[in-house]
Order: sequence, then C-alpha cells, then structure tokens
Amino acid sequence: MTTASVPLPNWISYGLIPLLNLMLAFFFSGLVVWAIGENPLKALNFLIQGSLGRGDAIGFTLFYTTSFIFTGLSVAVAFHAGLFNIGSEGQAYVGGLGAALAALALDHYVPWYVTMPFAIAGAAIFGAAWALIPAWLQAKRGSHVVITTIMFNFIGAALMVYLLVNVFIVPGKMAPETRTFLPGGQLPKLDWLMGLFGLDQGPAPFNVSFLIALVMCYLVWLLIWRTKLGYEMRTLGISPSAAIYAGVPYVRTVIIAMLISGGLAGMMALNAVNGAAARLQVEFVAGAGFVGIAVSLMGRSHPVGIILAAFLFGILYQGGADLSFEMPSITRDMIVVIQGLVILFAGALEYMLRPTVVRIYQQFVKA
Amino acid sequence: MEFFDIFVSILGSAVRLSVPLLFTALAGLFSERAGVFDIGLEGKMLAAAFASACAAYVTDSAWMGLLAGIGVSIVFSLVHGFASITNRGNQIVSGVALNFIALGLTVVLGQAWFGQGGRTPQVSGEGRFTPIILPGADAMREVPIIGPLYVNVISGNNILTYIAFLMVPIAWWVLFRTRFGLRLRAVGENPGAVDTAGISVAWMRYRAVIVAGFLCGFAGTYLSVAQSAAFIHNMSAGKGYIALAALIFAKWKPVPVMLACLLFGFLDAFANFMQGKSVPLIGEVPVQIFQAMPYILTCVLLAGFIGVARAPRAGGVPYVKER
Repeated sequence: MTTASVPLPNWISYGLIPLLNLMLAFFFSGLVVWAIGENPLKALNFLIQGSLGRGDAIGFTLFYTTSFIFTGLSVAVAFHAGLFNIGSEGQAYVGGLGAALAALALDHYVPWYVTMPFAIAGAAIFGAAWALIPAWLQAKRGSHVVITTIMFNFIGAALMVYLLVNVFIVPGKMAPETRTFLPGGQLPKLDWLMGLFGLDQGPAPFNVSFLIALVMCYLVWLLIWRTKLGYEMRTLGISPSAAIYAGVPYVRTVIIAMLISGGLAGMMALNAVNGAAARLQVEFVAGAGFVGIAVSLMGRSHPVGIILAAFLFGILYQGGADLSFEMPSITRDMIVVIQGLVILFAGALEYMLRPTVVRIYQQFVKA
Repeated sequence: MEFFDIFVSILGSAVRLSVPLLFTALAGLFSERAGVFDIGLEGKMLAAAFASACAAYVTDSAWMGLLAGIGVSIVFSLVHGFASITNRGNQIVSGVALNFIALGLTVVLGQAWFGQGGRTPQVSGEGRFTPIILPGADAMREVPIIGPLYVNVISGNNILTYIAFLMVPIAWWVLFRTRFGLRLRAVGENPGAVDTAGISVAWMRYRAVIVAGFLCGFAGTYLSVAQSAAFIHNMSAGKGYIALAALIFAKWKPVPVMLACLLFGFLDAFANFMQGKSVPLIGEVPVQIFQAMPYILTCVLLAGFIGVARAPRAGGVPYVKER
C-alpha cells in the first residue's frame, strides 16, 4: 500500500515534516562547514551572535527580513494560483524604478509621509507591469510562466542598467545610480520601535517598510482566505480543470494573481531603495527575489510562515556577513549554499520523509 | 576587404561563444524530451567548471579536468533525478535549488581550498585545451574568402569545440534513430504508454538526466579550462538560461538547437564588437539591447509570433503509476 493517500494531522503536515526537512538542510550545511575544516557549532554561535547579539545586528537582520517578506509574499500569492513566479527578482528591480521616480519627483516639496503612498504605488505598479507580459503569455498563449519570468529577469536587468548608466546617472559621477533622495523621498528608520525594546540600531537601515510589509502580510491573508478572488486562485492552484469547469475565469485570475505577485515583489524596493540606500543603484535587489522562493516554500505560502521564514533568512544573511568576518575560511557564499539546501529539502524533497513519518505515525495510532 | 575581415573575426568568436550554449542546450534537450524540466543547467555547468578547473590544476591534465567536470555534473543530475523522479518533487524547485547550491558551494570550497577569494589557480600547458591548427591552415591563408574563413572560423579551435558540433548529429541520431531515443521521447510525451509496454519510466528518465549531466560537464569544462584558464565566481553568468532559451527557441530539435546557439553566440560576439562604436544615423547602440536580445527573441517566439513552440507533453509532471 502506498502512503501518499494516508491523511496526517495538521501538526505533522505543517509543523513536524517542514521542521524535519529544515533540520536536514541545516545538517548538510553543517557538513559543508565541517568539510572545510571549521567547527559547525562554533560557526552557528557566530551566526547567532552576529545577527541577534547587538542592537545594530538586530536592525540589519530585520532590514533583510523586510525585503524577504515582500518577495516571499510575492512568490506565495502566485503559488496559490498554481503559478511559479521565478521573476520576483526582476519585478523587484523594475519596481525600484517606480519607487525612485516617486521619490525623485516629490522629495523637494513634501515630507516623507506624503511621498510614501506614491512610492508604494509606484513600486507596486512598476513591479506589476513587469509581471504583466509573462502573465499574459501564460494565460493566453500557454507559454510557461517559469520560462518567461526567467527571461524577464534578464531583460529587466539589461533595461535597468541601461537606464541607470544612460538616463539617471548624476552628470560628472562614475557610479551608475540616481542622486541621493532628500529626506522627503526617504522612509525613516524605526529607531523608536527598537527603542521600545531598549535597543539602539545604530547605522542599521531598519525602516518603516517593515510595517508596510506586515500590513501586506495581513492583506495577503485576507485576499487568499477571505475573498472570492482568493478562493478562485486557490481552486485554480489545486486543479485548473476543476476551476475552469466551476466557472473560474482562467485568463483573468491568472493575470490578476501575477499582477499582485509582481506588485508585492516591486514593493521590496521600498525597503532597499527608499529605506536604506536613499538612491536607486545597480543590482540593489541582490538576490532577494530568489530568497523569496525559499521563504515561500519554507513558510508553506502562509503569511505567518513567511514572516518566520523571512526572519530566519534575515538571520542567515546578517549572521553570515559576521561569520565570514570571524571565520575567514567561510565566505558569505555559504548563505547561498544554505539557501539552496533549504529549497532542496523544504521544496523539491518535501515528500521524501513523508512515507517514513506515515509509517511511524500508524504504529503510534495502532498502539 | 576590411569589412569582410571584421565579419570573419566576429564569426570566429561567435562560434567560440556558442560552444558552452550548445553543450548545455543539448543537455536540456535530452532531459526535457524525457519529460524532466531542467532549470538546473546553469548550476551543473558552474559546478562542472569548478570541478574541472580544480582537477586540471591538481593533475595538470585537461582530460582529467573534463572527467571531473562530467562526474560532478552527473552527481548534480542524480540529485535532480532523486528529487524529481524518485520523490516526485517539483522539477523547477529542484533545479532552482541546485543552481543555488552550485553558485554557493563553488566559492565556499574554492576559498577553503585555494584561498583566492573563490578563484582557482591558473592552469597552463597540459592543463588546458588549446587551439588546434588544422592541416593546411597556413597554405589556405592566402586564398580569398574561403581562406580567412578556414583559418579563423573552422581551424584554430580547441578539441571541445569540434566535439560540441559533432554532438549535434550524434544527438539527432540517438534521439530519432535508436530504440533508446524513441523510448526517451515517448517517456516525455506519454509515460503511461511506455509503462504499459513494460519499460521502467523512472529508469528511462534517470538515463536521460545522466546524459544531460554528461553534456553539462563538457560545457563547464569548456568555460574553465578551454576558454579561460581558471574558475571564477559565477563564471557561467546566465549561460545556462540562455541555453534554455535556445532550446525553446529551437522547439526541442537538435539541428535548430545548434542554429539557435550560433545565433545567440553571434549576438554576444556582435555586442562585444559594437561596444563603444557608433552606427551612422542611430548613434551608439546600447550593449544592453544585444544582451537582452536572446531573451526577447525567445519571448516573442513563445508569444506565438514565430511559429508555435510546443513543449514535450509530459514535461514537468512526475509520473505516478497508480493514476
């Protein structure tokens, strides 16, 4: 008898199995650290110290967390509709253009809280626009969204480099980036929030976009589980043929799901562009779009799971920077390895342990 | 005559730039024709490039480098197979995971072993595949038109380049003229029928991904011990994805795959040539247009404006016997 159809309680399916997969991923990461001649436990200690040990470390960790919440939500929304959006990276990159344009246009005239809604809208609209063509191609022409979003990541990167080098560059400067935004175009840091916990974030760029990210988590939860559109998206994700038979408009649902996904990815730029750098730079996304894939898989596409997974990756990113400083033989690229292993075990091999768990569970239930 | 010389030199570099694309796209051809999508081509190429640079440095033999590259690439293929064939995991997720593991692990290990910031030491002499001058190249040099083409495009490439173009008819023959190829294609179109005929779908798909790993090993080796003389961080730089685009652009057929790779290689070479030059009436054409062109062309194709690209029917779907 196969074990695939045996029902398991939710705490096993959504708690125990993901946790076991995660532990496997970390076990193999530890093996890599051990293989290059370092002590994995000592490395783990540096990692935790470097990401949670001081106020500024926590500030940086939460800064990364914010970016990953946006991209994780982006991947998750598309995933619920059965679409695998690999293009969050490119959508966030182009979204930066919208966020930067709003800031550049308004920062001379108004305070930041007037600019903010325009920056949010700009980032979301530009991000969504970058998802529109892949969405249309998927819905109307049946070309796989995975392939087209990969292509659009590269096209987006070429476009942004062109714009920054030829259009936005400050005359007389070498770096391909826009001018620095005035405070009216920036998102202020959350020093007061850190202050509540008696922490000082120092130079860390933890900013208001964190709160925007939390609001978005709530809105995504509302959308997916409390609206008709969300219901239609989930139906489409589970069984496209059943959804179409039940009257779900396929083309419309696919395109809207991808636009929301692209918009959420674009909003990641609020954190990096308006919040941290105060200017639009080449490659500012720095892989956050791809981390979103890992975050969404680990968080089981649920906003609460995504917040936890994003925080974990925030710890990895910030702690990894510190770790490479303390242990020079371990470079920052170790994070990329861990990220890959998490995607492998939590995503591609998610069913690997299930038969074993089912067998153990049945023994317990029988006894 | 000056224009012709420039054309020949661009053509020569187009051939050299299309070699890694060709190996990788043919790898994807075998895997995807068997119904296993492979986003992980990029990662396999990168891992192979690292392995072969290390092995070539240590043993001072380019052939040992090639062997190591193929070995590591096949290991990656087997992990992909284990996840997507045995465990019926999502093939795209597995490919994405392997790309990250390759991207990170090559630098982590490179730094730990050689301490040069993720680079491997330079290989030289026997450790590299060097250009081969074909017989008669000197004599042909003076012949108009054919002479420069023979000397700069046909001759003067390394052995891997010739293997790459030799692989095209071989791939065609294997896929369309052998029993193995028929079964491989059948498993990508209708695995249920293959299963009914008493052939193991899983083992068939495993063999397909192993072939893919084998070919990616050549691609990686070409990058690190033929085209350059060392491994550097992320040296595949998206070539795996361009190869994927070429594969789709060629509608999953061997000879069109070669033409698509040559086209994308030519675009790359042309972009290098055009850098900083201005065109009459238009002015300087931004390099980014050429860089984005393979992807734009593929999207236009996918939109259905240049014929329809139909993927293997069972592509991306894990096979479940009970259904």
